[in-house]
Amino acid sequence: MRNWEEAADMLAVEVSHVAKSFADKVVVDDLSFSVAQGEIFGLIGPNGAGKTTTIRMMMDIIKPDSGEVTILGERLGEATKNKLGYLPEERGLYKKLGVLDSIIYLASLKGVDRLSAEEKADELLNQTGMLPHKGKKIEELSRGMGQIIQFIVTIIHDPQLLILDEPFAGLDPVNTELLKGMLLDLRNQGKSLILSTHQMNEIEELCDRILMINHGRSVLYGNLAEIKSRYRSNSVLLEFEGELGEVPGVTEKRTHKGYTELMLDDSTTPQQVLAHLMSRGMVINRFEVATPPLNEIFLRVVGKAHE
Amino acid sequence: MNKTLLILRHEFLQTAKRRGFIVMTVIVPLIALLLIGVSQLVSGIARPTVEVMTIGYVDELGGFQQYTSQGNITLVHFDTPADATEALVNGDIKEYFVIPSDYISNGVINRYTLEKQLAASSATTTAINNFLTSNLLAGKVPEATVARIEAPLNLVSTRLTETGAVAPEQGGYGNLIIPFVFGILLALSIIFSSTYLLQGLGEEKENRLIEILLSSVSARQLLTGKVLGIGAAGLVQVVVWAISTPLLLNLASSSIGGFISTIQLPANFIVLAVVYFILGYLLFSVISASIGAVSSNSREGQQLIGIFTIPLLIPLWFTSLSMLFPDNPVWVFFTIFPLSAPVEVIMRLGVSDIPAWQLVASIAVLVLSIIGILLLTIRIFRTYLLMYGKRPGIGEVLRNLRSG
Repeated sequence: MRNWEEAADMLAVEVSHVAKSFADKVVVDDLSFSVAQGEIFGLIGPNGAGKTTTIRMMMDIIKPDSGEVTILGERLGEATKNKLGYLPEERGLYKKLGVLDSIIYLASLKGVDRLSAEEKADELLNQTGMLPHKGKKIEELSRGMGQIIQFIVTIIHDPQLLILDEPFAGLDPVNTELLKGMLLDLRNQGKSLILSTHQMNEIEELCDRILMINHGRSVLYGNLAEIKSRYRSNSVLLEFEGELGEVPGVTEKRTHKGYTELMLDDSTTPQQVLAHLMSRGMVINRFEVATPPLNEIFLRVVGKAHE
Repeated sequence: MNKTLLILRHEFLQTAKRRGFIVMTVIVPLIALLLIGVSQLVSGIARPTVEVMTIGYVDELGGFQQYTSQGNITLVHFDTPADATEALVNGDIKEYFVIPSDYISNGVINRYTLEKQLAASSATTTAINNFLTSNLLAGKVPEATVARIEAPLNLVSTRLTETGAVAPEQGGYGNLIIPFVFGILLALSIIFSSTYLLQGLGEEKENRLIEILLSSVSARQLLTGKVLGIGAAGLVQVVVWAISTPLLLNLASSSIGGFISTIQLPANFIVLAVVYFILGYLLFSVISASIGAVSSNSREGQQLIGIFTIPLLIPLWFTSLSMLFPDNPVWVFFTIFPLSAPVEVIMRLGVSDIPAWQLVASIAVLVLSIIGILLLTIRIFRTYLLMYGKRPGIGEVLRNLRSG
């Protein structure tokens, strides 16, 4: 057993120069990124960008043509599979099998013995409010319920690294919140999570860092806040009392519901604007450097690539 | 526990719990029981009545007066056909026949009856036959010779070994029954087991469970566990059938008679049956697995596997031919060709001896085919198991195998 400090230094995932093609089509092309322990990492990109292939290579379901994938400091192999939890995008379980039997069987394939699996299953079923459905067959459950069961299957073996493909699709708002809470708990326990989704608001809410891929290549990679500031459109959001009047360096004022957006010229910084407003003794309730929503960045980056 | 074993156990239990599997396992002996019951019922109804039957005859030639009692049938003489017809209509006799004056030159006997029937019953025919023979020969040859002329051949064959001793295993039609029944059961069991494998893979592909499975175990573990788990269930089915067969045959022997008790199985039969079930199943399961990997759903897969099951069934179609011409080189081909070998070998064991070299060649070719297809299957498995869309063409699969 490694000591804690060493474990904390170790990267959860390290993907370096990985490439994969099917037939003659290049699906992933020289992709490199890493995921630290205890972070929620967003993997985004348009349909067909190579996300699922990248995930499958991290899961050792398919082998890369070249490059290397290291999981928790080890080269991928059968031994690492027990430390991984994977929730695929399209899901299903054995329809005729019971809820508890399904969980126990799939947990056993991750190296969990029957007794601990049963114990942990009870705990997780209880936590998700699924305990009354324990004895049912999978085919008797609703889609959302099936998804909760599948999420339980993903985390029952206490994996160090979780890869979740569109985990919120098909969930009602109550279950979405429940799931988010569980993901944050896992993160706080030091687990690493990779979240692949098209829902940019979920990424913004949960992720620390992101990787955006398009046509199998990395197009955006790094800290989410940094990326957003890189893409900001030199404007500030302002809520104030009284008259605004003329502000030097402001080229345009856009009035939104409850706040005003000030577009700045290239030589003016938000700090200068704030200093000016303060010097006028204005009552300011909110002053924010505007960053574009991730959605907009996504469209801009992917749109550029399409041109 | 080893992950392969976990999958094996899961697949075994899930297969054994399938309604279709249980029905098949139980229904084959039940159908056999039903057939035996029906044949007993029919033979019970058709059993010749012990009551004495009276048949009339008109002797226009003359000289047919003796031997009027033939077993249960009594022959009564009438002077004219009109008298006989009257007795027939009154119900005094069942039927009558006329020996015409030119009988010696052409052998024609005219028979008259009230009943609608395909032909005279064998009991009647034998009675008339013996009545005519006995009368024709009366006084000309000794009594014992008459009896021999009526039944000249009672053939008893004995097979000797090369040293001239009586062979422990005698041939004969009785010995064909068990290999034939077993050949059918073997084919059924192999087909059903590989269909279960195909359906299971199809389901896992359709509901995407395959991704979760492959993120927990390797393709090789998954394939091995599934093949062995479902194969074990198939073996249980074959064993249930094999155990119930002798019991049913005992039941059947009461209706078919001593025939069954003459059956002797070749000593190596059970061993070869088990070996060929295992090899045949393994061959078909690796074929099923690769078909399951490339086809987009289980229905499509079942159509494809159908092509491979035809050679398996060919030996059953040619049973009568192989009985008539047991030494034809065609059977040697079917013995060695891996897809038909399992059933062909079992069938041939009932008909004739199989030279040792053919058995060795057959098993060797089977084992090599299994290994070869297994290696291909693992490759196909990895490439196509995760592709859900259109089924790839043969050309594409081959191209990928070469480049993969």
